[in-house]
Amino acid sequence: MFELLERWLKSAILEVQEYVRLQAATIRAMTSPPFYYRDIIMQLDAIGVGSLTVVVLTGFFTGAVLALQSGITLDQFGARPFVGRLVSASMLKELGPVLTGLMLAGRIGSGIAAELGSMVVTDQINALRALGTDPVRKLVVPRVAAGLLMAPILTIIADTVGILGGWMIAVFQLRVASSLYWTSVIDGLYPNDAWMSLIKPFCLGYAIVTIGCHVGLRTSGGTQGVGNATTSAVVAASVAVIAVDFFVTRLLITLLY
Amino acid sequence: MDPSIELKHVSLAFDDKVVLKDVSFELLPGHTKVILGGSGSGKSTTLKLILGLLKPDGGTIWVNGKRVDQISEQDMMAVRADIGMVFQEGALFDSLTVEENVGFKLYEENVPEEDADRRVQEVLGFVGLDEFIDRMPSELSGGQRRRVAIARAMAAKPGILLYDEATTGLDPITAMTVDEEMVKLRDFEGVTSIIVTHQLRDAFFVATHEAARQNRHVKFTPADPQKADEAEFIMLKDGVVCFEGNATELRASSDPYIRQFLS
Repeated sequence: MFELLERWLKSAILEVQEYVRLQAATIRAMTSPPFYYRDIIMQLDAIGVGSLTVVVLTGFFTGAVLALQSGITLDQFGARPFVGRLVSASMLKELGPVLTGLMLAGRIGSGIAAELGSMVVTDQINALRALGTDPVRKLVVPRVAAGLLMAPILTIIADTVGILGGWMIAVFQLRVASSLYWTSVIDGLYPNDAWMSLIKPFCLGYAIVTIGCHVGLRTSGGTQGVGNATTSAVVAASVAVIAVDFFVTRLLITLLY
Repeated sequence: MDPSIELKHVSLAFDDKVVLKDVSFELLPGHTKVILGGSGSGKSTTLKLILGLLKPDGGTIWVNGKRVDQISEQDMMAVRADIGMVFQEGALFDSLTVEENVGFKLYEENVPEEDADRRVQEVLGFVGLDEFIDRMPSELSGGQRRRVAIARAMAAKPGILLYDEATTGLDPITAMTVDEEMVKLRDFEGVTSIIVTHQLRDAFFVATHEAARQNRHVKFTPADPQKADEAEFIMLKDGVVCFEGNATELRASSDPYIRQFLS
Protein backbone atom coordinates (compact mmCIF):
# COMPACT_ATOMS: atom_id res chain seq x y z
CA MET A 1 0.00 0.00 0.00
CA PHE A 2 2.77 2.41 1.04
CA GLU A 3 4.76 1.36 -2.02
CA LEU A 4 1.78 2.13 -4.27
CA LEU A 5 1.35 5.56 -2.70
CA GLU A 6 5.07 6.26 -3.09
CA ARG A 7 4.97 5.24 -6.77
CA TRP A 8 1.90 7.42 -7.39
CA LEU A 9 3.53 10.39 -5.68
CA LYS A 10 6.74 9.98 -7.69
CA SER A 11 4.78 9.76 -10.91
CA ALA A 12 2.72 12.86 -10.01
CA ILE A 13 5.84 14.87 -9.15
CA LEU A 14 7.48 13.73 -12.40
CA GLU A 15 4.44 14.90 -14.40
CA VAL A 16 4.52 18.32 -12.69
CA GLN A 17 8.27 18.58 -13.30
CA GLU A 18 7.90 17.72 -17.00
CA TYR A 19 4.97 20.15 -17.35
CA VAL A 20 7.02 22.96 -15.82
CA ARG A 21 9.97 22.08 -18.08
CA LEU A 22 7.70 22.27 -21.12
CA GLN A 23 6.47 25.71 -19.98
CA ALA A 24 10.05 26.93 -19.63
CA ALA A 25 11.02 25.56 -23.06
CA THR A 26 7.89 27.08 -24.61
CA ILE A 27 8.48 30.52 -23.14
CA ARG A 28 12.13 30.37 -24.23
CA ALA A 29 11.09 29.34 -27.75
CA MET A 30 8.43 32.07 -27.93
CA THR A 31 10.97 34.77 -27.21
CA SER A 32 13.74 33.76 -29.62
CA PRO A 33 13.88 32.84 -33.34
CA PRO A 34 13.25 30.81 -35.41
CA PHE A 35 9.47 31.32 -35.53
CA TYR A 36 7.25 29.14 -37.67
CA TYR A 37 4.74 31.73 -38.95
CA ARG A 38 3.09 29.33 -41.41
CA ASP A 39 2.41 26.84 -38.63
CA ILE A 40 1.04 29.62 -36.41
CA ILE A 41 -1.42 30.65 -39.14
CA MET A 42 -2.47 27.04 -39.65
CA GLN A 43 -3.10 26.66 -35.92
CA LEU A 44 -5.02 29.95 -35.78
CA ASP A 45 -7.29 28.47 -38.43
CA ALA A 46 -7.56 25.05 -36.76
CA ILE A 47 -8.15 26.38 -33.25
CA GLY A 48 -10.05 29.58 -34.07
CA VAL A 49 -12.08 29.02 -37.23
CA GLY A 50 -12.44 25.30 -36.51
CA SER A 51 -14.01 25.96 -33.09
CA LEU A 52 -16.33 28.72 -34.24
CA THR A 53 -19.46 26.61 -34.80
CA VAL A 54 -19.34 24.85 -31.47
CA VAL A 55 -18.63 28.09 -29.61
CA VAL A 56 -21.43 29.98 -31.36
CA LEU A 57 -23.95 27.22 -30.63
CA THR A 58 -22.86 26.96 -26.99
CA GLY A 59 -22.98 30.72 -26.49
CA PHE A 60 -26.37 31.13 -28.14
CA PHE A 61 -28.16 28.41 -26.18
CA THR A 62 -26.49 29.40 -22.92
CA GLY A 63 -27.66 33.01 -23.28
CA ALA A 64 -31.13 31.84 -24.29
CA VAL A 65 -31.57 29.43 -21.40
CA LEU A 66 -30.15 32.00 -18.99
CA ALA A 67 -32.85 34.48 -20.06
CA LEU A 68 -35.53 31.81 -19.76
CA GLN A 69 -34.51 30.69 -16.27
CA SER A 70 -33.76 34.13 -14.85
CA GLY A 71 -37.03 35.51 -16.33
CA ILE A 72 -38.99 33.18 -14.04
CA THR A 73 -36.98 34.18 -10.96
CA LEU A 74 -37.00 37.91 -11.78
CA ASP A 75 -40.80 37.77 -12.21
CA GLN A 76 -41.11 36.96 -8.51
CA PHE A 77 -39.64 40.41 -7.74
CA GLY A 78 -41.33 42.19 -10.63
CA ALA A 79 -37.89 42.70 -12.17
CA ARG A 80 -38.36 41.04 -15.55
CA PRO A 81 -37.02 44.11 -17.49
CA PHE A 82 -33.64 43.55 -15.81
CA VAL A 83 -33.14 40.22 -17.58
CA GLY A 84 -30.65 41.82 -20.02
CA ARG A 85 -28.42 42.97 -17.18
CA LEU A 86 -28.35 39.46 -15.72
CA VAL A 87 -27.62 37.79 -19.06
CA SER A 88 -24.83 40.18 -20.01
CA ALA A 89 -23.12 40.14 -16.62
CA SER A 90 -23.31 36.33 -16.37
CA MET A 91 -22.08 35.77 -19.91
CA LEU A 92 -19.19 38.20 -19.75
CA LYS A 93 -17.93 37.47 -16.26
CA GLU A 94 -18.40 33.74 -16.00
CA LEU A 95 -20.33 31.65 -18.49
CA GLY A 96 -18.73 32.96 -21.68
CA PRO A 97 -15.12 32.29 -20.64
CA VAL A 98 -15.80 29.01 -18.80
CA LEU A 99 -18.10 27.40 -21.36
CA THR A 100 -15.85 28.47 -24.24
CA GLY A 101 -12.94 27.04 -22.24
CA LEU A 102 -14.73 23.74 -21.72
CA MET A 103 -15.63 23.50 -25.40
CA LEU A 104 -12.01 24.21 -26.34
CA ALA A 105 -10.80 21.63 -23.81
CA GLY A 106 -12.97 19.03 -25.49
CA ARG A 107 -12.18 20.00 -29.05
CA ILE A 108 -8.65 21.42 -28.95
CA GLY A 109 -7.17 19.68 -25.92
CA SER A 110 -8.11 16.25 -27.25
CA GLY A 111 -7.09 17.08 -30.83
CA ILE A 112 -3.64 18.33 -29.82
CA ALA A 113 -3.01 15.36 -27.51
CA ALA A 114 -4.09 12.87 -30.20
CA GLU A 115 -2.05 14.53 -32.94
CA LEU A 116 1.15 14.90 -30.93
CA GLY A 117 0.63 11.48 -29.30
CA SER A 118 0.40 9.84 -32.73
CA MET A 119 3.56 11.63 -33.77
CA VAL A 120 5.35 10.34 -30.66
CA VAL A 121 4.35 6.67 -31.09
CA THR A 122 5.20 6.69 -34.80
CA ASP A 123 8.64 8.21 -34.13
CA GLN A 124 7.78 11.42 -36.00
CA ILE A 125 8.88 13.54 -33.03
CA ASN A 126 12.23 11.72 -32.98
CA ALA A 127 12.43 12.20 -36.75
CA LEU A 128 11.91 15.95 -36.25
CA ARG A 129 14.75 16.07 -33.73
CA ALA A 130 16.94 13.93 -35.99
CA LEU A 131 16.35 16.44 -38.79
CA GLY A 132 17.55 19.23 -36.52
CA THR A 133 14.16 20.76 -35.70
CA ASP A 134 13.09 21.55 -32.16
CA PRO A 135 9.62 19.99 -31.63
CA VAL A 136 8.75 22.67 -29.05
CA ARG A 137 9.33 25.46 -31.57
CA LYS A 138 7.71 23.65 -34.47
CA LEU A 139 4.71 22.07 -32.72
CA VAL A 140 4.11 23.56 -29.28
CA VAL A 141 4.73 27.29 -29.83
CA PRO A 142 2.32 27.68 -32.79
CA ARG A 143 -0.43 25.92 -30.82
CA VAL A 144 0.18 27.98 -27.68
CA ALA A 145 0.28 31.23 -29.66
CA ALA A 146 -2.97 30.31 -31.43
CA GLY A 147 -4.61 29.28 -28.15
CA LEU A 148 -3.58 32.52 -26.44
CA LEU A 149 -4.97 34.63 -29.27
CA MET A 150 -8.07 32.70 -30.25
CA ALA A 151 -9.51 31.85 -26.82
CA PRO A 152 -10.31 35.53 -26.01
CA ILE A 153 -11.66 36.12 -29.53
CA LEU A 154 -13.90 33.04 -29.34
CA THR A 155 -15.05 34.11 -25.88
CA ILE A 156 -16.05 37.56 -27.19
CA ILE A 157 -18.02 35.84 -29.95
CA ALA A 158 -19.67 33.49 -27.42
CA ASP A 159 -20.56 36.46 -25.18
CA THR A 160 -22.04 38.40 -28.10
CA VAL A 161 -24.06 35.47 -29.42
CA GLY A 162 -25.17 34.62 -25.86
CA ILE A 163 -26.50 38.14 -25.32
CA LEU A 164 -28.27 37.88 -28.69
CA GLY A 165 -29.79 34.55 -27.62
CA GLY A 166 -30.97 36.20 -24.40
CA TRP A 167 -32.47 39.05 -26.45
CA MET A 168 -34.49 36.62 -28.59
CA ILE A 169 -35.96 34.95 -25.51
CA ALA A 170 -36.52 38.29 -23.75
CA VAL A 171 -38.37 39.79 -26.73
CA PHE A 172 -40.31 36.82 -28.08
CA GLN A 173 -40.90 34.75 -24.95
CA LEU A 174 -40.74 37.12 -21.97
CA ARG A 175 -42.25 40.02 -23.93
CA VAL A 176 -39.65 42.52 -22.74
CA ALA A 177 -39.25 45.51 -25.03
CA SER A 178 -36.14 45.29 -27.19
CA SER A 179 -34.92 48.78 -26.21
CA LEU A 180 -35.42 47.94 -22.54
CA TYR A 181 -33.36 44.76 -22.94
CA TRP A 182 -30.43 46.55 -24.61
CA THR A 183 -30.51 49.42 -22.09
CA SER A 184 -30.40 46.83 -19.34
CA VAL A 185 -27.52 44.99 -21.04
CA ILE A 186 -25.47 48.21 -21.27
CA ASP A 187 -26.36 49.27 -17.73
CA GLY A 188 -25.16 45.93 -16.42
CA LEU A 189 -21.72 46.18 -17.98
CA TYR A 190 -18.71 47.84 -16.38
CA PRO A 191 -15.20 48.25 -17.84
CA ASN A 192 -13.85 45.83 -15.23
CA ASP A 193 -16.22 43.15 -16.48
CA ALA A 194 -14.78 43.52 -19.95
CA TRP A 195 -11.27 43.12 -18.57
CA MET A 196 -12.33 39.99 -16.72
CA SER A 197 -13.93 38.66 -19.88
CA LEU A 198 -10.67 39.10 -21.78
CA ILE A 199 -8.07 38.07 -19.19
CA LYS A 200 -9.80 34.85 -18.14
CA PRO A 201 -9.94 33.18 -21.56
CA PHE A 202 -6.33 34.22 -22.16
CA CYS A 203 -5.31 32.15 -19.10
CA LEU A 204 -7.73 29.33 -19.92
CA GLY A 205 -6.51 29.11 -23.54
CA TYR A 206 -2.91 28.83 -22.32
CA ALA A 207 -3.79 26.10 -19.81
CA ILE A 208 -5.82 24.05 -22.34
CA VAL A 209 -3.19 24.12 -25.06
CA THR A 210 -0.18 23.48 -22.84
CA ILE A 211 -1.95 20.57 -21.14
CA GLY A 212 -2.82 19.10 -24.54
CA CYS A 213 0.79 19.48 -25.72
CA HIS A 214 2.25 18.09 -22.49
CA VAL A 215 -0.01 15.02 -22.45
CA GLY A 216 0.52 14.44 -26.19
CA LEU A 217 4.30 14.62 -25.99
CA ARG A 218 4.36 12.24 -22.99
CA THR A 219 2.35 9.58 -24.83
CA SER A 220 3.67 6.04 -24.74
CA GLY A 221 2.31 2.62 -25.58
CA GLY A 222 1.16 2.68 -29.19
CA THR A 223 -2.38 3.39 -30.38
CA GLN A 224 -3.84 2.48 -26.97
CA GLY A 225 -1.52 5.08 -25.47
CA VAL A 226 -2.85 7.70 -27.90
CA GLY A 227 -6.41 6.91 -26.77
CA ASN A 228 -5.42 7.20 -23.12
CA ALA A 229 -3.58 10.47 -23.78
CA THR A 230 -6.63 11.94 -25.50
CA THR A 231 -8.90 11.06 -22.58
CA SER A 232 -6.37 12.35 -20.04
CA ALA A 233 -5.98 15.62 -21.93
CA VAL A 234 -9.72 16.30 -22.01
CA VAL A 235 -10.18 15.45 -18.32
CA ALA A 236 -7.13 17.41 -17.16
CA ALA A 237 -7.92 20.42 -19.36
CA SER A 238 -11.58 20.50 -18.26
CA VAL A 239 -10.64 20.38 -14.57
CA ALA A 240 -7.96 23.00 -15.22
CA VAL A 241 -10.54 25.30 -16.83
CA ILE A 242 -12.70 25.21 -13.71
CA ALA A 243 -9.75 25.52 -11.33
CA VAL A 244 -7.93 28.26 -13.26
CA ASP A 245 -11.24 30.13 -13.59
CA PHE A 246 -11.62 30.16 -9.81
CA PHE A 247 -8.10 31.36 -9.08
CA VAL A 248 -8.04 33.96 -11.85
CA THR A 249 -11.48 35.26 -10.75
CA ARG A 250 -10.23 35.52 -7.18
CA LEU A 251 -7.15 37.41 -8.31
CA LEU A 252 -9.04 39.74 -10.66
CA ILE A 253 -11.65 40.59 -8.02
CA THR A 254 -8.78 41.63 -5.73
CA LEU A 255 -7.07 43.64 -8.46
CA LEU A 256 -10.00 45.18 -10.34
CA TYR A 257 -12.85 45.71 -7.91
CA MET B 1 42.05 7.84 -39.85
CA ASP B 2 39.84 9.14 -37.01
CA PRO B 3 36.61 7.22 -36.49
CA SER B 4 33.30 8.83 -37.47
CA ILE B 5 31.58 7.18 -34.53
CA GLU B 6 33.07 5.79 -31.35
CA LEU B 7 31.32 4.28 -28.34
CA LYS B 8 33.33 3.52 -25.22
CA HIS B 9 31.89 1.41 -22.38
CA VAL B 10 28.36 2.70 -22.95
CA SER B 11 25.69 1.55 -20.51
CA LEU B 12 22.00 2.35 -20.25
CA ALA B 13 19.14 1.07 -18.08
CA PHE B 14 15.45 1.97 -17.90
CA ASP B 15 14.54 1.56 -14.21
CA ASP B 16 15.66 -2.00 -13.39
CA LYS B 17 15.95 -3.16 -16.98
CA VAL B 18 19.50 -3.07 -18.37
CA VAL B 19 19.32 -2.16 -22.07
CA LEU B 20 23.03 -1.77 -22.87
CA LYS B 21 26.00 -2.87 -20.83
CA ASP B 22 29.59 -1.85 -21.53
CA VAL B 23 29.11 -1.50 -25.30
CA SER B 24 32.18 -0.30 -27.21
CA PHE B 25 32.92 -0.06 -30.92
CA GLU B 26 34.23 2.36 -33.50
CA LEU B 27 33.31 3.04 -37.11
CA LEU B 28 35.69 4.53 -39.65
CA PRO B 29 34.54 7.01 -42.34
CA GLY B 30 32.99 5.30 -45.36
CA HIS B 31 32.71 1.98 -43.53
CA THR B 32 29.58 0.07 -42.57
CA LYS B 33 28.64 -1.43 -39.23
CA VAL B 34 25.82 -3.96 -39.13
CA ILE B 35 24.27 -4.40 -35.69
CA LEU B 36 22.46 -7.71 -35.33
CA GLY B 37 20.48 -9.07 -32.43
CA GLY B 38 17.06 -10.25 -31.34
CA SER B 39 14.18 -8.00 -30.38
CA GLY B 40 14.93 -5.94 -27.27
CA SER B 41 18.67 -6.53 -27.46
CA GLY B 42 19.42 -2.79 -27.58
CA LYS B 43 20.04 -2.29 -31.33
CA SER B 44 17.68 0.65 -31.91
CA THR B 45 18.67 2.15 -28.56
CA THR B 46 22.29 2.27 -29.75
CA LEU B 47 21.24 4.38 -32.75
CA LYS B 48 19.18 6.71 -30.58
CA LEU B 49 22.20 7.20 -28.30
CA ILE B 50 24.41 8.10 -31.25
CA LEU B 51 21.80 10.57 -32.48
CA GLY B 52 21.45 12.08 -28.98
CA LEU B 53 17.77 11.16 -28.69
CA LEU B 54 18.71 9.31 -25.49
CA LYS B 55 21.55 9.91 -23.03
CA PRO B 56 23.61 7.00 -21.67
CA ASP B 57 23.96 6.29 -17.95
CA GLY B 58 27.69 5.69 -18.40
CA GLY B 59 30.45 5.66 -21.00
CA THR B 60 31.27 8.09 -23.78
CA ILE B 61 29.99 8.56 -27.34
CA TRP B 62 31.90 10.48 -30.00
CA VAL B 63 30.50 11.54 -33.38
CA ASN B 64 32.83 13.18 -35.91
CA GLY B 65 35.27 13.90 -33.08
CA LYS B 66 32.69 15.59 -30.85
CA ARG B 67 31.61 14.06 -27.57
CA VAL B 68 27.81 13.86 -27.65
CA ASP B 69 26.79 12.01 -24.49
CA GLN B 70 26.80 15.13 -22.31
CA ILE B 71 26.02 18.00 -24.65
CA SER B 72 22.81 20.00 -24.67
CA GLU B 73 20.00 19.52 -27.20
CA GLN B 74 20.99 22.86 -28.74
CA ASP B 75 24.60 21.76 -29.33
CA MET B 76 23.42 18.34 -30.51
CA MET B 77 21.57 20.02 -33.40
CA ALA B 78 24.93 20.93 -34.97
CA VAL B 79 26.15 17.33 -34.66
CA ARG B 80 22.91 16.03 -36.21
CA ALA B 81 23.50 18.18 -39.28
CA ASP B 82 25.88 15.47 -40.55
CA ILE B 83 23.67 12.51 -39.57
CA GLY B 84 20.65 11.10 -41.34
CA MET B 85 18.42 8.46 -39.83
CA VAL B 86 15.95 6.07 -41.39
CA PHE B 87 13.46 5.11 -38.69
CA GLN B 88 11.49 1.89 -38.33
CA GLU B 89 8.35 2.24 -40.48
CA GLY B 90 9.86 5.38 -42.02
CA ALA B 91 8.42 7.93 -39.55
CA LEU B 92 7.33 10.17 -42.43
CA PHE B 93 5.33 13.27 -41.47
CA ASP B 94 1.71 12.34 -42.21
CA SER B 95 0.56 15.88 -42.94
CA LEU B 96 3.29 16.63 -45.50
CA THR B 97 3.67 15.45 -49.10
CA VAL B 98 6.58 13.29 -50.24
CA GLU B 99 8.27 16.44 -51.56
CA GLU B 100 7.84 18.31 -48.27
CA ASN B 101 9.04 15.28 -46.29
CA VAL B 102 12.16 14.79 -48.40
CA GLY B 103 13.00 18.49 -48.52
CA PHE B 104 12.10 19.13 -44.86
CA LYS B 105 15.64 19.74 -43.65
CA LEU B 106 16.55 21.82 -46.70
CA TYR B 107 13.51 24.07 -46.28
CA GLU B 108 14.24 24.38 -42.54
CA GLU B 109 17.79 25.47 -43.29
CA ASN B 110 16.49 28.08 -45.76
CA VAL B 111 18.29 26.54 -48.72
CA PRO B 112 17.20 28.56 -51.82
CA GLU B 113 13.95 27.05 -53.11
CA GLU B 114 15.34 26.20 -56.54
CA ASP B 115 18.33 24.36 -55.07
CA ALA B 116 16.13 22.54 -52.55
CA ASP B 117 13.65 21.45 -55.23
CA ARG B 118 16.45 20.24 -57.46
CA ARG B 119 17.97 18.21 -54.62
CA VAL B 120 14.57 16.71 -53.74
CA GLN B 121 14.10 15.63 -57.39
CA GLU B 122 17.63 14.22 -57.40
CA VAL B 123 17.27 12.07 -54.27
CA LEU B 124 13.79 10.90 -55.23
CA GLY B 125 15.25 9.88 -58.58
CA PHE B 126 18.05 8.08 -56.70
CA VAL B 127 15.51 5.90 -54.87
CA GLY B 128 13.33 5.60 -57.98
CA LEU B 129 10.31 7.49 -56.68
CA ASP B 130 10.43 10.77 -58.58
CA GLU B 131 6.91 10.28 -59.95
CA PHE B 132 5.52 10.09 -56.39
CA ILE B 133 6.64 13.59 -55.45
CA ASP B 134 3.13 15.00 -54.87
CA ARG B 135 1.71 11.98 -53.03
CA MET B 136 0.91 11.90 -49.33
CA PRO B 137 2.67 9.23 -47.21
CA SER B 138 -0.66 7.44 -46.67
CA GLU B 139 -0.82 6.82 -50.44
CA LEU B 140 2.48 4.91 -50.50
CA SER B 141 3.21 1.22 -49.93
CA GLY B 142 5.45 0.12 -47.06
CA GLY B 143 8.48 -0.24 -49.33
CA GLN B 144 7.91 3.14 -50.93
CA ARG B 145 7.63 4.77 -47.51
CA ARG B 146 11.01 3.32 -46.49
CA ARG B 147 12.58 4.54 -49.70
CA VAL B 148 11.13 8.03 -49.17
CA ALA B 149 12.56 7.85 -45.62
CA ILE B 150 15.96 7.03 -47.11
CA ALA B 151 15.60 9.94 -49.55
CA ARG B 152 14.70 12.27 -46.67
CA ALA B 153 17.68 11.08 -44.61
CA MET B 154 20.13 11.62 -47.49
CA ALA B 155 18.67 14.89 -48.85
CA ALA B 156 20.99 17.15 -46.86
CA LYS B 157 24.01 15.02 -47.87
CA PRO B 158 24.94 13.73 -44.40
CA GLY B 159 28.23 11.93 -43.93
CA ILE B 160 26.63 9.34 -41.63
CA LEU B 161 23.42 7.38 -42.16
CA LEU B 162 21.75 5.28 -39.50
CA TYR B 163 19.24 2.65 -40.65
CA ASP B 164 16.86 1.31 -38.01
CA GLU B 165 15.26 -1.91 -39.28
CA ALA B 166 14.92 -0.36 -42.74
CA THR B 167 13.80 -3.66 -44.33
CA THR B 168 11.78 -5.25 -41.54
CA GLY B 169 8.28 -6.20 -42.62
CA LEU B 170 8.99 -5.76 -46.33
CA ASP B 171 8.66 -8.49 -48.95
CA PRO B 172 12.02 -9.87 -50.21
CA ILE B 173 11.91 -8.00 -53.53
CA THR B 174 11.15 -4.62 -51.92
CA ALA B 175 13.70 -5.32 -49.18
CA MET B 176 16.29 -5.95 -51.89
CA THR B 177 15.63 -2.51 -53.47
CA VAL B 178 16.15 -0.90 -50.03
CA ASP B 179 19.38 -2.93 -49.58
CA GLU B 180 20.59 -1.73 -52.96
CA GLU B 181 19.92 1.89 -51.97
CA MET B 182 22.10 1.40 -48.89
CA VAL B 183 24.94 -0.07 -50.99
CA LYS B 184 24.63 2.73 -53.57
CA LEU B 185 24.79 5.41 -50.88
CA ARG B 186 27.87 3.83 -49.36
CA ASP B 187 29.72 3.24 -52.63
CA PHE B 188 28.67 6.29 -54.67
CA GLU B 189 28.26 8.93 -51.94
CA GLY B 190 30.88 7.62 -49.49
CA VAL B 191 28.37 7.54 -46.66
CA THR B 192 29.34 5.97 -43.34
CA SER B 193 26.50 3.66 -42.27
CA ILE B 194 25.20 1.80 -39.28
CA ILE B 195 22.58 -0.76 -40.19
CA VAL B 196 20.43 -2.18 -37.42
CA THR B 197 18.53 -5.28 -38.45
CA HIS B 198 17.65 -8.83 -37.63
CA GLN B 199 17.18 -9.68 -41.30
CA LEU B 200 20.32 -11.72 -42.02
CA ARG B 201 19.82 -11.87 -45.77
CA ASP B 202 19.75 -8.07 -46.00
CA ALA B 203 22.70 -7.66 -43.64
CA PHE B 204 24.91 -10.06 -45.61
CA PHE B 205 23.89 -8.55 -48.96
CA VAL B 206 24.94 -5.04 -47.90
CA ALA B 207 28.15 -6.30 -46.29
CA THR B 208 29.28 -8.50 -49.16
CA HIS B 209 28.23 -6.55 -52.27
CA GLU B 210 29.37 -3.40 -53.96
CA ALA B 211 27.77 -1.12 -56.52
CA ALA B 212 29.32 0.03 -59.79
CA ARG B 213 28.00 2.09 -62.70
CA GLN B 214 28.05 0.39 -66.08
CA ASN B 215 26.55 2.06 -69.16
CA ARG B 216 24.33 4.35 -67.08
CA HIS B 217 23.08 1.32 -65.14
CA VAL B 218 24.01 0.32 -61.62
CA LYS B 219 25.34 -3.19 -61.18
CA PHE B 220 25.72 -5.02 -57.88
CA THR B 221 28.55 -7.53 -57.67
CA PRO B 222 30.21 -9.45 -54.80
CA ALA B 223 32.65 -7.13 -53.07
CA ASP B 224 36.37 -7.77 -53.21
CA PRO B 225 37.87 -8.95 -49.87
CA GLN B 226 39.25 -5.52 -48.96
CA LYS B 227 35.87 -3.86 -49.56
CA ALA B 228 34.06 -6.63 -47.70
CA ASP B 229 36.34 -6.03 -44.70
CA GLU B 230 35.02 -2.45 -44.49
CA ALA B 231 31.69 -3.87 -43.35
CA GLU B 232 31.79 -5.19 -39.80
CA PHE B 233 29.16 -7.01 -37.81
CA ILE B 234 28.26 -6.58 -34.16
CA MET B 235 25.97 -9.05 -32.44
CA LEU B 236 24.11 -7.80 -29.36
CA LYS B 237 22.67 -10.21 -26.83
CA ASP B 238 20.76 -8.74 -23.88
CA GLY B 239 22.55 -5.42 -24.30
CA VAL B 240 26.04 -6.91 -24.40
CA VAL B 241 28.29 -7.20 -27.47
CA CYS B 242 28.81 -10.94 -27.96
CA PHE B 243 30.50 -10.76 -31.38
CA GLU B 244 32.44 -8.26 -33.47
CA GLY B 245 34.01 -9.08 -36.82
CA ASN B 246 33.47 -9.33 -40.58
CA ALA B 247 30.97 -11.48 -42.50
CA THR B 248 33.38 -14.40 -42.91
CA GLU B 249 34.21 -14.44 -39.19
CA LEU B 250 30.52 -14.24 -38.32
CA ARG B 251 29.68 -17.23 -40.50
CA ALA B 252 32.59 -19.17 -38.95
CA SER B 253 31.67 -18.36 -35.34
CA SER B 254 31.07 -21.32 -33.07
CA ASP B 255 29.20 -19.31 -30.43
CA PRO B 256 25.95 -21.24 -29.78
CA TYR B 257 23.80 -18.05 -29.73
CA ILE B 258 25.25 -16.85 -33.04
CA ARG B 259 24.89 -20.33 -34.58
CA GLN B 260 21.25 -20.34 -33.52
CA PHE B 261 20.76 -16.80 -34.85
CA LEU B 262 22.32 -17.69 -38.22
CA SER B 263 20.45 -20.97 -38.63
